[in-house]
Amino acid sequence: MKQEVLLRVNGRDEKLFLEDADTLLEALRDHLQLWSVREGCGVGACGTCTVLLDGRPVSACFILASRVKGREITTVEGLGKEGALHPVQEAFIEQRALQCGYCTPGFVLTVKALLEENPSPTRAAAAEYLEGNLCRCGCYPDILRAVEAAKEAKD
Amino acid sequence: MSKTKIVGQSVHRKDAARKVTGRILHVGNIEMPGLLQVAVLRSPYPHARIIGIQKSRAEAMEGVVLVLTGAEIAAMPDVDPYFGPAFKDQPILAIDRVLHVGDPVVAVVAVDRRRAEDALELIEVDYEPLPVVLDVLEAAKSGSPLVHQEFKPAGVFADLDHMEAGEKSNVCYHFKLRTGDVEAAFREADRIFEDTFTSPPAQHMPMEPHVTLVYLDEDEKVNVWTATQSPSFVRTQLSTTLGLPMNRIRVRVPYLGGGYGAKLYGKLEPLVALLALETRRPVRYALSREEEFQTITKHGAVARLKTAVKDGVITGRRCEVFFDTGAYADIGPRIVHKSGYTSAGPYRIPNVRIDSFCVYTNKPPAGAFRGFGVPQVIWAYESQMDIISRELDIDPVQFRMHHALEEGEPFATGTPVHSFGLKESLEQAAEAIEWSGPRPQNNATKVRGKGIASGVKAVLTPSISGAVVMMNSDGSVNVLSSTVEMGQGSDTVLAQIAAEELGVCFDQVHLVQPDTDVTPYDTITAGSRSTYHMGNAVRMASMKIKAQLFGVAARALEANLEDLVARDGRIFVSGSQESGMSMRDVFLAKFGSLGTTIIGEAIFEPRAIPTDPETGRSEKCTEYWFPSASAAEVEVDLETGQVKVVKFLSVGDTGTAINPRHCHQQLLGAAITQLGMTLFEEMVFEEGQLLNGSLLDYQIPSVKDLPEHFESILVEVPHETGPFGAKGVGETGTLTVSPAIANAIEDATGVRIRDLPITPEKILRGLAEKDPKPGRAEVPQ
Ligand code: FES
Ligand code: FES
Repeated sequence: MKQEVLLRVNGRDEKLFLEDADTLLEALRDHLQLWSVREGCGVGACGTCTVLLDGRPVSACFILASRVKGREITTVEGLGKEGALHPVQEAFIEQRALQCGYCTPGFVLTVKALLEENPSPTRAAAAEYLEGNLCRCGCYPDILRAVEAAKEAKD
Repeated sequence: MSKTKIVGQSVHRKDAARKVTGRILHVGNIEMPGLLQVAVLRSPYPHARIIGIQKSRAEAMEGVVLVLTGAEIAAMPDVDPYFGPAFKDQPILAIDRVLHVGDPVVAVVAVDRRRAEDALELIEVDYEPLPVVLDVLEAAKSGSPLVHQEFKPAGVFADLDHMEAGEKSNVCYHFKLRTGDVEAAFREADRIFEDTFTSPPAQHMPMEPHVTLVYLDEDEKVNVWTATQSPSFVRTQLSTTLGLPMNRIRVRVPYLGGGYGAKLYGKLEPLVALLALETRRPVRYALSREEEFQTITKHGAVARLKTAVKDGVITGRRCEVFFDTGAYADIGPRIVHKSGYTSAGPYRIPNVRIDSFCVYTNKPPAGAFRGFGVPQVIWAYESQMDIISRELDIDPVQFRMHHALEEGEPFATGTPVHSFGLKESLEQAAEAIEWSGPRPQNNATKVRGKGIASGVKAVLTPSISGAVVMMNSDGSVNVLSSTVEMGQGSDTVLAQIAAEELGVCFDQVHLVQPDTDVTPYDTITAGSRSTYHMGNAVRMASMKIKAQLFGVAARALEANLEDLVARDGRIFVSGSQESGMSMRDVFLAKFGSLGTTIIGEAIFEPRAIPTDPETGRSEKCTEYWFPSASAAEVEVDLETGQVKVVKFLSVGDTGTAINPRHCHQQLLGAAITQLGMTLFEEMVFEEGQLLNGSLLDYQIPSVKDLPEHFESILVEVPHETGPFGAKGVGETGTLTVSPAIANAIEDATGVRIRDLPITPEKILRGLAEKDPKPGRAEVPQ
C-alpha cells in the first residue's frame, strides 16, 4: 500500500508516494535520484548509504522512510553552497582520500558530522567515529589526513 | 632519457571532484523508462539434482514479467547455455544439477526488486541431494565425488590454449615445473624442512556489488552497461552465448565501485542479456551483498613445501599447491599457472619441482583476487624461509639476501629476470623497521617482535592493449581505451602519459570510458598490467600523432624533424619556444580549417614463450616482475592472543613511478586488505553452507585496524620497455603482508602459525602447546 510521505531533504520538502516497507535508501535513490546514497550491504554494516539525519550520520538502508517524516535529511548533493565544494570535500580531494569513490559520500558526511560534534578530534577519536564506514580500497590513512586538513580549514 | 614534465608528478585524480560530490556514474544510477529488475532463486544444497520446478504461481503474480529456468535456456536455439573464461563449465542458470549453495536456479524479472523477490517465494524446486566434496585435498584424490563429469576448454585466451578437455577428475588443471634434480638434492641435504600452509577462501568485497543493465536499442542491438573489469571479454562472451556477431553487442563500463578481481570475465552479463532479449525491455540485476558471497571468492589454498638445505644454503625445493576453485573454474587455471611457477620463490634454487593444481569442489566459484594466487604461495614460502633461517640460526634477512635473484639470473622457469628490485626492496624494508636495531621492549603480558618477508609476482603475458588517441585542433585530446577506472587511477596515469608524449597539459587530456563500439580491445583491467600495457599503447598512439604534427611543423618552420620539441601545447625548435607554433596553428597549416582531428592508434602485445607442459620452462614466461617486501612490528597480548600491528612498511618495486603519490596509495590500500586477510577474514563453511555470508558476520578492516605507523616505500627500478620506465603496482602491496606478520608473531612469541587467518585462538593454542602450564585455562579447539 502506497502512502504519501513528506520528507525534508537537502533543505527542500519532498512529497513521495512510498510503500510502508520502503527504506530511506530506497526513497532517496529510487524516488529522488540522489545517487550519492549507495547500498553496500543493506544491513547497516558498511556506511556507504550514510546520510545525515538532523546532522547525525545514520544508515539509510536501515531506516524506514516513513519514520523520518519532517526530519532534516542531508546527502552530499546538499553540501556546499552555490556550486562550491564543502571544506570537507575539499579536504578529501586535497588529501586524495578516495580511490573508487563508492564509499566517499558516506565518509564525507560522517566527517562533517564528526567535526560539528568535536571540532578538533584526536586521531583515535576520529577513528572511533569513522569505524562504521568501510573503504575496501583502503584509503583510511588518507581519510584520517583529510580529517586533519578539514579540521585546520575550520580553525 | 630527457627529463619528463608530467610523468613523475603526483597530479590529482581526474575524477576526484565527481567522486566527492557523488556525481560519478555507476551502473546503479542509470535510469531508463520501463526498467525491470531481477531476483534469482538460488540453490540451498551444495550438490543436488533438480527434479522439478513449479513456477506458475510466480508467473501469475502481478508485476512479474518473466520467470526463467536453466532448462528453458538450454532449449533456446542459438544460445550457448554454458560460459566461462577457461572452461565452459558454468550454466547461465542451473540446468539439471546445482553445484554449490547459492548456485542460480530460477530468475524472476519484475517491475521492481521487491516484487521480484516476493515472487521467488512462490517458486518450488524439488531437489535430490547428491554426494558432496568440500575439502580441496579430498577433491583432488581419485575416487572422490565428481563436481563435473567432463570439462571443455573455452578457447578464448592465448595464454590458456594449453587447457585440455578432461573427465573423471576434479583436477581441471595441473601445472608442472621441473628444474634440476630435486630428489638428488633431498638425498644430499643435511637438513630437510617440510611444512604445510593454508589460506582460506575469502571475499573481495568491492563496496559496489556486481550490477549489470541490458537493453535493446531501436536497431535491436544488445546494449550492456556493466560493472566489469573486462569489457572486451564480456563482448566476446556474449557473442558466443547469444550467437550474435560482435558488432551487435555494445558493452559500456562507467566507473566501478571497486573490483579487486571480482568483476572479471562474465558474471551477470549472460543472464541479464538473455532476460532483456526475452522481455524486450531494459533489465537491471544488482546483486545483494549476500549474493556477492555466493558469486565469486578468493581461492582457498593448501601449499606443501619440502626444502633441502646443505651448508646453510637451499639446494632444492618441492612445492605442491592445491587451489580450491569451487564449483566453476572461472579463471582458476590461469591463477594456478601464473602463481604456480613462482611458488618456489624469487630465489636461487638449483633444483625445483612444482605441482600446482586447480581443483573443483562444491563451494562458490573462486576467481581472480588482487595478487592472483601469489599471496597464497608467498604465505607458504616466506613463512618457511623464516622457519629455516631460525632453525639454522641465520638472520632471516641475510638468508633471503643470500638467495635473492639478481639482474639477469634465471628464475625457476629459466626466464632471466630483469628490472628486479628484490634486494633493494628487502634492504629498504629492513632499514625502515630498524631490523638491526635493538629488540622492541616487552612487558609482562604483551610481547613484541619484528618480521620481514619478500616475494615477487610476474605480469600476465601474453596480453593485448589497444588504444586510439585523438587530438583536436584546439590541442585537446581524447584517449580511447578499454581500461576500466575502478579506483586505481588509470584515467589519471594514462592522461599523464598522453600529455607527456604530446606536449600538452594534463587537463587537456580526456579519457573516453570503455565502450566496445568505440574503444579497442584490451585483455583485462587486472593483474597490475594497465600502466605498462595500456600505458605503452597510449604512448605509441600519441607518438604517431606527434609524428604527423612534427611533419607539418617542420615544413612550416623550415626546421629539421629531430630538432622539434612538443611542450606546453606548442611545437618549436629546441631552445626557441617563443618562435614555435601552437597546436591550433599546426592544425590550420595541415587542414586549413578548425575542428579537425588527428588520430593515432596502436596495439601493444608483448609475447611470451609458453611454459613447457612437462617442465614448466620458458625463456620468457613474463614481460616483467614486480618484487615486494613487507616489514612489520607486532605486539601480542599473551593473555588474549590479540595481535596489534604497531608498525607496518610496504615496499614495492614499481619501476619509474608515473604518479608517485598514487603508487603509495596502491601499496597501502592493498596492504590494508591483506592485513584483513591475514588477521581475520575467512569464509567459514559447514557442510557447504556459508556461516558468515553477510557484512554483519564477515569483518573487513576498518579505520581502527590501521597500524599506528603505516608507510610505504617505492623502489623505482626502471623497466627498459615500460612507458617511461614504469611497471605495475596494483597488487604489489598484497603480496608479502601475511608472512611478514606471521614472522613477527613468531619473533614475539615463539609461536609459528601456518594457517590463515591468524586469530587470537590460534595464538593462544600455540602458546599453550609451546608452554603447557598446569592451571592455564583450557583453550577451545
Ligand atoms: S548499505 Fe547501509 S550500511 Fe551498508
Ligand atoms: S574509495 Fe573505494 S571503497 Fe573507499
